[in-house]
Amino acid sequence: MRKLLAGLTALLAMTGVGAGVARAENITFWTWRQEDKAAYTKLFAEFTKAHPGIHVLFRAFPPADYQTIVSTALAGGKGPDVLHTRAYGGLEQLAKPGYLLQLTPQNDPELANLPASAKTALAVRSTGKIYSSAFSTQTLGILVNSKILAEAKVAEPKTWAELLAACKAIKAAGKICIANGTATGWMDEVFAGDLTGPLLGQQFFKDVVAGKTTFKDQKYTTALGRLLELKPYMPPGFTGIDYPTSQQLFLTGRAAMFVGGSWEIANFHKQNPKLAIDFMAPPAPDANSPQLVSKFYDGGYAVVKSSKHQKAALELVGFMGTKHFGDQLGAMLGDISPIEGVKLADPTLAKVAAMDKQSVPYIMLVSFRYENPTGSELLQGALQKMFAGSMTPQQVGATVTEGIAKYYKPFQGK
Amino acid sequence: MTAATARRHGVRRGLWILLLLAPGAAVMTLFVVVPVLGAFADAFRSFQGPRPTGWVGFANLRDVIFVAPYAAATWRALWHNVLVFASLMVVQNGLAYLIAFALLKALPGHRVHQVIVFLPVVLSAIVVGILWKELLNPIFGAVNELLALTGIQGPPWLGDASTALGSIIATNAWHWMGFPALIFLAAMQRIPKETLEAARIDGATDRVLMARIIWPLVAPATTIVVILTFIGSFNWFELPYVMTGLDGSPGGATDVLGLLFYRTAFGGVSSGLEDFGHGSALAVLMFIVVAAVSAVALRILRAREIEL
Repeated sequence: MRKLLAGLTALLAMTGVGAGVARAENITFWTWRQEDKAAYTKLFAEFTKAHPGIHVLFRAFPPADYQTIVSTALAGGKGPDVLHTRAYGGLEQLAKPGYLLQLTPQNDPELANLPASAKTALAVRSTGKIYSSAFSTQTLGILVNSKILAEAKVAEPKTWAELLAACKAIKAAGKICIANGTATGWMDEVFAGDLTGPLLGQQFFKDVVAGKTTFKDQKYTTALGRLLELKPYMPPGFTGIDYPTSQQLFLTGRAAMFVGGSWEIANFHKQNPKLAIDFMAPPAPDANSPQLVSKFYDGGYAVVKSSKHQKAALELVGFMGTKHFGDQLGAMLGDISPIEGVKLADPTLAKVAAMDKQSVPYIMLVSFRYENPTGSELLQGALQKMFAGSMTPQQVGATVTEGIAKYYKPFQGK
Repeated sequence: MTAATARRHGVRRGLWILLLLAPGAAVMTLFVVVPVLGAFADAFRSFQGPRPTGWVGFANLRDVIFVAPYAAATWRALWHNVLVFASLMVVQNGLAYLIAFALLKALPGHRVHQVIVFLPVVLSAIVVGILWKELLNPIFGAVNELLALTGIQGPPWLGDASTALGSIIATNAWHWMGFPALIFLAAMQRIPKETLEAARIDGATDRVLMARIIWPLVAPATTIVVILTFIGSFNWFELPYVMTGLDGSPGGATDVLGLLFYRTAFGGVSSGLEDFGHGSALAVLMFIVVAAVSAVALRILRAREIEL
């Protein structure tokens, strides 16, 4: 019997019948986005159809633990074949020590579909080498409950003065104007980055990155100070309102505006499909200035260098860099892919993509989240104190500048 | 029994002991000793992401103790741990002592009360944290709604630097009070009835009984409660993590060494980067503080037991 089986196996191998089985590869993909499982499963099935024999196993981890799990796995010589990575400093932490495979036009021709700014976000700064293909861009703006605005008889505010007037009218109508509280640190950075972007203008960001100015600059501290004008229009006890509560206030129609990012659009639509949501750019300082949104790349897809299925993993990352994949990200998940030529059927997403043409960088993530203490860490805690009244905008600017100056030479001595 | 037989018997007994200890020792070595030694080693290394890049001597320890901005965060967190310990000693253990005394009196319904007092202890810290976070919510929370009924506008308990840490301490006391209460009660029940009755006959009031008679006699229980509270206070993590987040919100008002260690080593989700070197230095510091103070406190408290 054994001889018969061995003979059959040899025969199958010789005739190539078993070739499909021999080539079958299971590759794993790790992500922090559990909520996207259905969409990725569908996309991976498409990938398998185009690449017979390569099966992708989707595995998601809680966002709060994701980086920890990835780091410990990679340090222990384990980990997936393809990794959903963060961009900027989060990527550099894994790429610099050599855990990720460098992507080149030779091993990933789809890189050609990415704009130059995406390549910068997904590369190690010192070498310019790219380690990840792009996932999506995120845009900071204001989500608006159009019904509340209509009831309060106010239009979407285009300038800061209009925002204050709109909030006054909304408050008089018995609603909360701005849903955001300040109890969640990272949302405070989003709040400040979002609303100060147009007040600061593009030149300020260029000057900061060039080291010509710092966050002590009066322009920056004045912009931070203007945020305090919104305190009367935030929820009662806003210093104790965290991110989920802010979301609930907006989703239940108790608040008119939510200062946040484009990642909320699909989520909010899903949670309350009846809510009339619009996305608007943050208000400009005056009618003659542009309404600049803040923009950043939210991560990408990388091949783990120690993967035993590197070729298959590269095939998958290549697939994730195609225009088709980008289209599907928009259609199925509401994410805006930076891949050139991607079509966005959703009118709100298309509107956001149009806003991106006039943008400023989400500065702490894009430029100051590469070394410790990061600009984000410094800013988030200081903003909470500023909103609580125990720190002035000038002290916030000084805290951030002096913290970053530990490793950023242009800020030293300033 | 000859000397040789006794020796053989002794060797066999020793082998048995070794055999029975081996599984436990192996588990302890693998999951406690090796990680602790690993953390010690990492405290003296620099890292690039998760990969060690070289030895830096005492630089990481020096940074977290003396160099800005690390040092400010370390001392602030340490001070908060001290506050937590002191507050829990007074609020949690003080009330536990009073409750234990009340239960000792075996008043009608004392068994039900005993269960009620101990019930929160069996809940997970995560559940308790989420529950109290919701109760303390400034808009939807029951605490402020109740206060509003009496015309008082409650503060944003977890969002105000002056009330945030206190709110978490109160939550911890609610959660854990049953545990020291049971320890004290067990110790009180071991006191001979004659002693307490004699004191009563001599005219001792409840206050005198608690302070002069029972307190010295439950000294061993106090030692256990103090040491466990100290260790718990300096390893505080779950409750502040759930209730105010990894950053020790607002503005670091609830930051403690446990949060600071985790945040430094593994990085905040949308704020920091991993820094295993400084994180391990903080872990070593915590280990030294807890081990040294526990050892000294144990010595003092044991001496007190003998003295009393």
